[in-house]
Amino acid sequence: MTDVPTTTKADWTSDQEVRWCPGCGDYSILTAVQMLMPDLDVRREDTVFISGIGCAARFPYYMNTYGMHGIHGRAPALATGLAMARPELHVWVVGGDGDMLSIGGNHLLHSLRRNVNLNILLFNNQIYGLTKGQYSPTSEIGKVTKSTPAGSIDEPFNPISVALGAEASFVARTHDMDRQHMMDMFRRAHDFPGAAFVEVFQNCNVFNDGAFGAITKKDKRASMLIPLEHGKPIRFGENNEKGVVINPQGSAEVVDVADVGESALLVHDETRQDPSLAFALSRLSAGPFEPTPIGVYRAVERSEYATEASKQLAMAQEQSGPGDLEALLHSRPTWEVS
Amino acid sequence: MTDTVPRTVGTQELNRLVVRFAGDSGDGMQLTGDRFTSASALFGNDLATLPEFPAEIRAPQGTLAGVSAFQVQVSDHDITTPGDAPNVLVAMNPAALRKELVHLEFGGTIIVNQDAFIERNLTKAGYDSDPLDDGSLDNYTLFKVPMTTITKEVCKDLGVKPRDAERSKNFFALGLLSWLYNRPAQPTLDWISAKFKRQQLIADANTAAFKAGMAFGETAELFDFTYEVKPAVLEPGTYTNVNGNTALSWGLVAASQQAKVPLFLGSYPITPASDILHELSQRKNFGVRTLQAEDEIAAVCAALGASFGGHLGITTTSGPGIALKGETIGLAVSLELPLLVINIQRGGPSTGLPTKTESADLMQAMYGRHGESPVPIVAAYSPSQCFFAAIEAARIALKYRTPVILLSDGYLANGSEPWLLPDVSTLPDLTVEFATGPNHTEEDGTEVFWPYLRDPETKARPWAVPGTPGLTHRIGGIEKEDGSGNINYEPDNHGYMVKLREERVAHIANDIPPTMLEGDIDDADLLVLGWGSTWGAITSAVMRAREEGRKVAHAHVTHLNPLPKDLGDIVRRYPKVLVPEMNLGQFCRIIRSEFLVDAQSVAKVEGVPFTAAELHSHINGVLDD
Ligand SMILES: Cc1ncc(C[n+]2csc(CCOP(=O)(O)OP(=O)(O)O)c2C)c(N)n1
Ligand code: SF4
Ligand SMILES: [Mg+2]
Repeated sequence: MTDVPTTTKADWTSDQEVRWCPGCGDYSILTAVQMLMPDLDVRREDTVFISGIGCAARFPYYMNTYGMHGIHGRAPALATGLAMARPELHVWVVGGDGDMLSIGGNHLLHSLRRNVNLNILLFNNQIYGLTKGQYSPTSEIGKVTKSTPAGSIDEPFNPISVALGAEASFVARTHDMDRQHMMDMFRRAHDFPGAAFVEVFQNCNVFNDGAFGAITKKDKRASMLIPLEHGKPIRFGENNEKGVVINPQGSAEVVDVADVGESALLVHDETRQDPSLAFALSRLSAGPFEPTPIGVYRAVERSEYATEASKQLAMAQEQSGPGDLEALLHSRPTWEVS
Repeated sequence: MTDTVPRTVGTQELNRLVVRFAGDSGDGMQLTGDRFTSASALFGNDLATLPEFPAEIRAPQGTLAGVSAFQVQVSDHDITTPGDAPNVLVAMNPAALRKELVHLEFGGTIIVNQDAFIERNLTKAGYDSDPLDDGSLDNYTLFKVPMTTITKEVCKDLGVKPRDAERSKNFFALGLLSWLYNRPAQPTLDWISAKFKRQQLIADANTAAFKAGMAFGETAELFDFTYEVKPAVLEPGTYTNVNGNTALSWGLVAASQQAKVPLFLGSYPITPASDILHELSQRKNFGVRTLQAEDEIAAVCAALGASFGGHLGITTTSGPGIALKGETIGLAVSLELPLLVINIQRGGPSTGLPTKTESADLMQAMYGRHGESPVPIVAAYSPSQCFFAAIEAARIALKYRTPVILLSDGYLANGSEPWLLPDVSTLPDLTVEFATGPNHTEEDGTEVFWPYLRDPETKARPWAVPGTPGLTHRIGGIEKEDGSGNINYEPDNHGYMVKLREERVAHIANDIPPTMLEGDIDDADLLVLGWGSTWGAITSAVMRAREEGRKVAHAHVTHLNPLPKDLGDIVRRYPKVLVPEMNLGQFCRIIRSEFLVDAQSVAKVEGVPFTAAELHSHINGVLDD
């Protein structure tokens, strides 16, 4: 695709005024996407951003591409139709934790299961931002909000576990404090042929400020974020002193490398067919207060839905020739009246 | 059964014949009715059918709840309904007899499978004594035929398992009826061998049973006459027998061809709409993409996403599914993209009567969304006409860039009739133009694309599909400014946009056919005003009333939103207006409020269509009032 014109971030930025609260994590995610696009070798007109409703879902307005701001929760379904109709397009889906895990949970699951070629970015701020601060399906138990004055009592979703359970073939996690890491993850999602799911820890400084601070603040990252790198033993820590092993029960566990030796560490294999190790890694941390893996959990190629659907069309045309309406109308027994 | 020497019996001619096949769900009555219908169609009769089956796939055997029936009227002249009271009832078990006898005309013919009238089945059906012997059927002509015994007998040497042999008894019944009513045997024999190509034993058993049924008629000396219904005098041309769902599916394919826009169907299975999904899933060589979505919301959203991408997005469902799709239809109203939403109505509320017919979703179609959210509505009125209704709905959606609701119902969906096949070269050209370049010049001279800049005539906005250079734009459900499409929450702007969307739909009235009007147009004392599947029964009823010398006109509305421009004049022209509907008067209410006329509703919400006889007596009642 050498004929794709050279662009800059400005080319990908729409003329719309950005209306998130000052200091919202959504800004840095938008910047990461706008900075990445010129590097992706794609045309603006072949790129589409589709969203549901929420603060996160305002995203398409700010991209100088095709875009649709849909209805709450339904972006993966809207995008599935577009991607099936026009498999050559690059379709991105953006939404919040309420949008994609509550009202639209079903559509997220099924788009991942079908493996439709979508890049799905879930901005997880563990809160309902747009509706002014109710708890969300990713809020921690005990969350006190306007709708849960005595604390929330329901178990939150772990988005990575949910995606893996939904047969997702590409699953990654990043956070709004590290532009380069976001760009790396978004690029990987773009390059992946199939449904690519990226959870982005996003700070809502108005209704849930600091939700991820314990792990994403600059001085905490080394000890609290566990970078997943394909083919490498999983290690982290100020001095790289910590590592991850799979214990005899099959769970992932943080250990001191000094205690177990480097060779005992789990070597990350994102291409592993069996998702159970990726799942174990997703359970390593109970929330953004414990060491938490970021990076690509899983990237396993399998047949893409729209491609398969197009193949069936091509095959049908090969077998029966292009559709002939006249012949279709006469395809059942007919009789003549004279 | 050894004596197969043909006996000569006389043949009497009938103008029309109504047969009702009834049996247990597992007895194959729908198939039997369907074959009888097909043979009659190929023979050249006019006909109309009414399949009625329980919602359960296999309701408890032998019970009243498990009875499945199929009614067909065949005639030598143009008919529009499956008939009022059947002349003949074929009852395969006591439950079928008990449940269906009420429909039979006084003095009608009953043909029963005598073998099924055993103690256990009689009890299940709630009979205290055997109706075949207790004199309760004295007012009818009763033929007791040991169908199971004979079928097993003729299959004995074929190597078929006794259980499979017994299952062929419906073909025995079909054979007997085919003989009695002089239906051609060959189409059925051909069908059996084609259908059971890979199950030779079953094919043999069905063929043997069918032939045995015919031979039984010849030889049993039960019947003094056979009957014949001559081919109907119909408009010349090539005919096929078609049901509403098939015709509708083909209409969608035709619309896509005529528009040169690929078809995308998003659907979630639901009775009685699923057959459209099945049919279109087989039309991949026409470039039709189908998605069986995870639910109705996803189905309509995917269709809308495909429309954004330049396809004709369609979703098919029934009332419960429409309820789920409401929010997305509203989005389509705001996005101003083509979208076809097809409701094959069934009995409600909730699960209601999933396999029965009803047309009670008109108000849902009109108003079943939040905000001011007008949507054009087209309604089909006969099984074959579903083809043209689909093309018309697609035409409006594509030309005016709007979601359109197409209403059909269970009766049209499953009922069939002969269809004079149209010449495909006469179908309307639905070609659409996609936007290719900028359409607006900014003050500083830059050429830009405005997604909501309208065609002055159609008030449609440009259809600019992703992939087109220079036209990148964002659309969404938030209120926007006309022209630029930019978000705009200003009071004046919203007021303007609300009225604009209303006007966009209202002005389509300039581009739809006049109301169908028949009968005593000039001097009727009564106008019968209908929409949807009541067309057949109204047509017959009005004809009967007029034959008696009554002055009656029949108007039938195919475009329910906007209404045809001539409708106001029509409803005010006649002293009385009667509106029969399979709901509690929804259209009647619209007519009364739109035109301030004293229209009267005739409601039937029982899961079965009006008969012509019922409507005939309503017509007389109103006229004698
Ligand atoms: C059908 C429907 N129900 C409810 C809403 C109200 N609503 C809008 S956004 C939202 C939740 C937003 O939370 P999230 O998806 O996490 O996005 P965020 O604002 O946090 O980015 C809700 C409940 C709506 N717009 N539509
Ligand atoms: S409410 Fe929260 S998520 Fe929404 S824009 Fe403001 S800071 Fe961002
Ligand atoms: Mg949120």
